[in-house]
Order: sequence, then C-alpha cells, then structure tokens
Amino acid sequence: MESKISISNLNFFYGKAQALYDINLEIPEREVVAFIGPSGCGKSTFLRTLNRMNDTIPIAKVDGTVLIDGEDIYSSKTDVVALRRKVGMVFQKSNPFPKSIFENVAYGIRINKMQTSKSDLNDRVEKALVNAALWDEVKDRLSSSAFGLSGGQQQRLCIARALAVEPEVILMDEPASALDPIATQKIEELVVELKKDYTIVIVTHNMQQAGRVSDRTAFFMLGKLIEYNPTQKMFTNPDERLTEDYITGRFG
Amino acid sequence: MISAASIIFIVVGMIVMMVSNSMPTISRFGLAFLTGSEWKPADGVFGALPFIYGTIVSSLIALIISVPISLGIAIFLTEQAPKKIAAPISFMVELLAAIPSVVYGLWGIFVLAPFIRDHLGVFLETYLGWIPVVGQLFQGRLTGIGMLTGGIILALMTTPIITSVVRDILEVVPNTQREAALALGATKWETTMIVLGNAASGIAGAVVLGLGRALGETMAVTMVIGNSPQISASLFEPAYTIASVLAANFAEATDELYLSALIEMGLVLFLVTFVVNAFAKLLIMSVASGKAGAKNV
Repeated sequence: MESKISISNLNFFYGKAQALYDINLEIPEREVVAFIGPSGCGKSTFLRTLNRMNDTIPIAKVDGTVLIDGEDIYSSKTDVVALRRKVGMVFQKSNPFPKSIFENVAYGIRINKMQTSKSDLNDRVEKALVNAALWDEVKDRLSSSAFGLSGGQQQRLCIARALAVEPEVILMDEPASALDPIATQKIEELVVELKKDYTIVIVTHNMQQAGRVSDRTAFFMLGKLIEYNPTQKMFTNPDERLTEDYITGRFG
Repeated sequence: MISAASIIFIVVGMIVMMVSNSMPTISRFGLAFLTGSEWKPADGVFGALPFIYGTIVSSLIALIISVPISLGIAIFLTEQAPKKIAAPISFMVELLAAIPSVVYGLWGIFVLAPFIRDHLGVFLETYLGWIPVVGQLFQGRLTGIGMLTGGIILALMTTPIITSVVRDILEVVPNTQREAALALGATKWETTMIVLGNAASGIAGAVVLGLGRALGETMAVTMVIGNSPQISASLFEPAYTIASVLAANFAEATDELYLSALIEMGLVLFLVTFVVNAFAKLLIMSVASGKAGAKNV
C-alpha cells in the first residue's frame, strides 16, 4: 500500500504530561481513516499533530517523525504555512469567518494568492462549493453572511473553505458531532465522495459513522494506539479484546 | 432599589439644573452661542466655537496617536506575547490608567512641553511644514504650550484605556477563528487580521470610549494647552477646550450671563460625552455577548 502519511514512534507531551505514547501508523493515499476511542484518549491531539496545529500550544512537545509524501513535517526546514495548505482541517464546531459565504471560501484562495483573475477566483469558489455539496443551496445568496446558514450548511461551508486551497489531505475533527442526523448524513456522503480525490482522516465518537465512511479504523485508548485495521475487520473480528469491548459498548 | 433610583435622579437633576441655569444665554444667543467665535466676557459677548473647536481637535490628535499605538499593544499582548511577558505589561498599562491627570499635566509642563518646543516641533516644522495646506498645521511660533501638546497628553491618557478594552475584546474572540485561519495556511499576521475582523465593532467601541475620555479630560489639558480662545490653523498655537474653560473661569464668573455661558458649555460637553459613551458601550456589548460576528458581514 502507498502511504500518504507515515507516523513512527510519535510521542506527545503537554508540559510533563504525556498524551501520546509511541504511535506508529501508515495512512494510505485516497482512503478514509477513522480514529475512534473514548474521550481524552488522544485522538484529537494526534490528528492535530498531522498539520502541526499543536504548535499554537506553547507547552506542547512532539517527539518522533511524521512523514507526509516522505517529507518530515517536523523538520526545521518545513514551511508550516505550506504544510497547512497541503493538509486542510475541518473542526468539531463549524467556525466560519464573520464574512459573506463567498468571502469565506475565497479567503484561503486569496491569502495563498492562487487566483489568476477575478473570474478565476469566482470559478474556484464555485468549484469548492460544488465539491462540498453546498452550491445549489447558496448560489443565490453568496454575498449574504455565513452566519445565516444552518449548522450543517456552515460545516459544509467550512469544508468548502478547506477544499478551496486544494489540499491533498483533509483532517476532520468530529465534523458532525454537533449536527442533526440528516445534516450528519450529508457530511458522511460528502466524505465518501471526497475520498476519490483526497486522503481523509476523521476523528469520530460515532461508531456507526466510522463503520460507514472509513476504509481503516484506528482505535486509541489512554494515548496508545490499541489497534489499526481495515474497518470491516475491526468491526467484525478485531484482534484486540479492548477493541471489541469498546465497539460493542462494554465501556466508553 | 433606592440607590438605583438615585442614579436616575442625579442624571435628570443635573440636566434640569444645567438647562435652567443656562437659560439666560440660551434665550439671548440661541444657536449663535455655538457658532460665534468671539469670547469677550467683559463685553458680554459669548461665542463657544473656539472651545468646541479646541475640544474636538485636541481629542482627534489624541485618537490619531493613541489608536494605532493601543491596537499595537493589545495585539501584541493577546496574539503574540507569551503569558510571562503579557501579564506584567498588562498590569503596567492598567497602572498608567490610574495616574491622576494632574500628574500627567505636571509631566506635560516640565517634560513634554520643552521637548516639543526644542525637538518635536522643530522636527515637524522642518519635515512637514513645507507641504501645501497640511503644512500649515506645523508652522508658527513654538512655545511648547498649545494644541499639539494638549493632544499628545490626551493621547497618553487615552492609550491605556483603549488598550485594555481592546485587549479584553480580542481575548473573547474564539480560538476556533484563529485555528480556522491557521488551518488554511494563514500567516500569523493574516490570522491576526481575522481576529481583528471578528472584533471590529468592539474596537470601534473602545475608540469611542477613548474619545469620550479625551473630550471630557480637564486638568492635564488645562495645564498644557495654553488656554487662549482662538481658532488657529497651527497646532503649535495655544487653544482652549470646553472642560478647561469651565475649570479655569468658574471662580471669576461673577455676572449672571457669564455664569450662564459657562453652564451652557458644560451642558454641551455633557450631552456630547453622554452620547459618545452610550454609543461606545453598545458597540462593546455587542462583541462581549459574542454576537458581533453575526452582525458584521
């Protein structure tokens, strides 16, 4: 299998407290990998090491290597801004900017100076919204505030905003946890659709969701990676007793 | 309940008192009181325009200087500085706000005024004085006492207020906004712009609050602005503000008309600062309640 992201011996510390222990994981290109595990198990922390979002926490310390396309993203030569453009992120709570729908999507294009002309910018925004399955719902009100959208629409807007900068990997941190079942379903369909073009890592609390959207699942507990297997195997015949207990709801 | 009612009573009582006591000039001069530029108490001529002009211009100078500085400090404190540095600086900013204005005034007379006379004023006249139109602001006799000195003192006094309000506002901008920008490949500076966009109306409120302070400030300005009721193009020339003329002349306002003129100016100042402050509070409240983002598009 072709690895897009390759993590080896990753340890993570908040000050003196260790949050991740010796993680080794290979994430293949154009697949969906789900991270599951009880709250506080480190899955979100781990996700955020993949685009160096933890850099904003002064006491955070990373040890080990994370290779994306064979390049060590924690090397001193890494351009973090370029890394984050390549590895997009969608957050648990939708966080559109206090701008219009159009400007939300255009923001990343503008700051990365990707547009060649005004019409190119329009095309890119439209394409991102189409790919995020939001275009039909917003095309008549692109200039109105993003805050007028429903929760599910706001989250898809955030996905469109991430897609607009043409990332290769998309990290999703419980993207549907604040949404109703119908909006959740739309996000899930979108994730499956996006898999054709992107490598996706999704953190979820929802076991069924992991089962529906992912090709592989990683189960974390207390900062350790317990099991990493194809999703189907994980949910039918896991290697570890802990995984089985968690999936069948014996704890968590 | 009774104490709350007393507040309303005080405000209403003050307005009623000021309106009734300024009736002699209101009925005699009408609007001409606000537009007249002659101020000759001995001859019974009262025009408030030089004071209104002095108040507005000195406050504007103050804001032009203090707004960029305050924003810079607040951005540094919330977005860049590590906690260890931010905490003592925040403390010192608040300390500056607590210095009595008469102390600022003394400092203005003995340090700032000579500095402007010997250095800053000369510098401004040399490098900006030759520009057509704008240059007129920086020509004229340099005594160190005048509009510019008053404006700079006010800038010093408004900076801590604006800084601490803006800092509080930036702190309530949700971190998810910063992360959203960073995740799209924004630089530190681009992320800061997103934060400022979220806080726009609150920052406007902080500025207006600073303006309210500048308009009403009395002691420090009186000590350095020169107290001369004239409207001059030059910022080096002495000027006068409403608050200053009230403080400086009450003791000698013996006849009814003179007193009435002073009280009417007090009324004008009161109404202006009241409106300015109310407006500022509304703007800041809209951010503090977290709805600001939804309002500005």
